[in-house]
Amino acid sequence: MNSPKINIKPFGVHSVLIEWPNEVSEIILEKILHFERFLIKEVFTNKEWELVPSYNSLLIINRTKQLDFQKLSSELHKWYLQLKESPKPDRYLWRLPVSYDLEFGLDVEEVANQLHKTKEEIIALHTGATYTVFGIGFLPGFMYLGGIDKELEIPRKATPRSRVVKGSVGIAGKQAGIYPQESPGGWNIIGNCAVPIFDASKENPCFVSVGDKIEFYEISKAEHDLCKIEAEVGIYKPEKIKIDA
Amino acid sequence: MLKVLKAGFYTTIQDSGRFHYRNKGVPVSGVMDEISVFKVNSLLENEESAAVLEITMTGPTLIFEKETYIALGGAKMSATLNNLPVQNYKVYTISKGDILSFGKLEKGFRSYLAVKGGFTSKQVLGSRSFYQPITKYNRLTDNDAVPFAVQEDFQPKISEIKVASFLDDSVLEVNKAPEFDILTDKQLEEIFSRTFTVAHENNRMAYQLSETIQAHTISMLTSATIPGTVQLTPAGKLIVLMKDGQTTGGYPRAVQLTDRAICILAQKKGGDTISFKLV
Repeated sequence: MNSPKINIKPFGVHSVLIEWPNEVSEIILEKILHFERFLIKEVFTNKEWELVPSYNSLLIINRTKQLDFQKLSSELHKWYLQLKESPKPDRYLWRLPVSYDLEFGLDVEEVANQLHKTKEEIIALHTGATYTVFGIGFLPGFMYLGGIDKELEIPRKATPRSRVVKGSVGIAGKQAGIYPQESPGGWNIIGNCAVPIFDASKENPCFVSVGDKIEFYEISKAEHDLCKIEAEVGIYKPEKIKIDA
Repeated sequence: MLKVLKAGFYTTIQDSGRFHYRNKGVPVSGVMDEISVFKVNSLLENEESAAVLEITMTGPTLIFEKETYIALGGAKMSATLNNLPVQNYKVYTISKGDILSFGKLEKGFRSYLAVKGGFTSKQVLGSRSFYQPITKYNRLTDNDAVPFAVQEDFQPKISEIKVASFLDDSVLEVNKAPEFDILTDKQLEEIFSRTFTVAHENNRMAYQLSETIQAHTISMLTSATIPGTVQLTPAGKLIVLMKDGQTTGGYPRAVQLTDRAICILAQKKGGDTISFKLV
C-alpha cells in the first residue's frame, strides 16, 4: 500500500506531532483519520491520551507521562507502515441552513462587488460546494472548512471586527466557516446559521467531527427565525446524510 | 457555601482541567499554577483534581457559611482570616461566619484557596473550570455562592509545609516544539540570549512578550497547540499559550514550556521579565 510519508516531531515532553505532506488534501486527511482510529483503538487506549487531528497533522498528547520520543517515534513509524485497510467509520454530510439576509450578511454585498458578481451568484457559489471539515479549533466548535469554490475566494477583511455574532457564516481565502459563539473575527460575513454547532450541555457537545462534510442551503429570514427558536428550545435537528464509504 | 462579598479582580473556579474535547476545539483550562495547587490540595488530603479558587492580582473577600478547613498557596497576597494574618501552605480550621480577605499582592500573580474536599460547583464536560461559554460565567462576581462539601472532623497529617518558592524564578525551561528546527540561527540566538518582558496582554489564554525577534514568512497549515506552546508571529512577536489557549493555531511553534515553566510564568504579571533555556 502506498502511504504518504510521515514526519514525527517532538513537541515538549508530553506530546509528539505526526506530520503528513504540507498540503490540503482529502487523501491525506483520510489517512490521518485512519491512523488516528487505529491508535485510539489499539495503542492509546487509556484516558491519559488525547489525539488532535488537523489538516496535515495529528498531535498525540499524554497528560501526565513524559514520553520517550525516540521510542515512541520509531513505534509510530512501524505502526503506520503496518496500517491495514479497515472499515471506514460512519461519516456524515451535514446540511446547514443559512439566511443570507442583509441583516446577517454584513459583507455579502461588499463581497459581491469585489468579486464582480450579484448577491444571488455569491449565494449560489456558497451553497453549491460540498465542504470538508479539515479541523476544529480556534473556538469550541469552530470548523475549518475546505472546498470553497475558487470564484468565491476573497481575502479576509483589512480590519477585523471586534464582535462577530454567534452563527455568523464567514469566508476568507480558501476557507469557510461558522462562528460558533460571539467573538472577534476578520472573515467576511455573508450570512447566519441558527443551528448551534457547539452545545456544552450535550454529552457530545459538537455533532460535527473532523472528516465530515458540510453543505449550506439558503433559507429566508422568517425560516431562520423559526430555526433559531427551535434551536433555543432544543428541538432542532440538523439534517444529516450518511456518506457511503 | 462560600459567599463572595467582594469578587476581586479576576477570581475563578478551576480544577485540573477539561480533557478529551480538544478535538472539538475546547481548551483544557484548569489551574494555571499546578505546582502550588498540588501542594494546597495535598495539605488538605484532597484529590489532585479537587477544584480550588484561582485568585488573580487582587483578592476577594469571602465569608464561609459553614465549617471547613482551608489552605492557601501560590502568590503572596497578605490574606487575613477575621483580620488575623494567614500564611500560605498551612491548614486553617474555619468556623461558620469566618471572613477571609485578601490584601495587597506582595509577590507572584495568582493565589489559590483550597477547601477540604474541594469546591463542588457544577461540572460541565467533566470539569468545574470556568471557561466561557462552556461555563455560564467567566469569573465570580459579588454575591456569588460557591458550594463545598460538609466536612466531618479532619486531622491533617501535616498542618504546615515549608515550600521552596519559585516566585522569584525567571528562567523558563523549554523543549523543542514542532517548528523549532526551521527557525533561523538568529531567531534561536535571540530567543535564548535575550530577556523578555511580559506584556500587559497577558491572561489565562496567552501571555504576549513585549520584545520582538527576527520576523518570518513561514506559512503553515493550522495545527494543534497545547498550554505552554510558544508561537512566533510573522512580525516576530512571541506568544505563550496558557491554559485557556486555543487548541489549534497557524503560527510556527518555536518552543514548548515544561510543566514547571508554565507555573513560573503563571505567577508573572505585565512588566515582569523572563528568559528561555533549552533543556
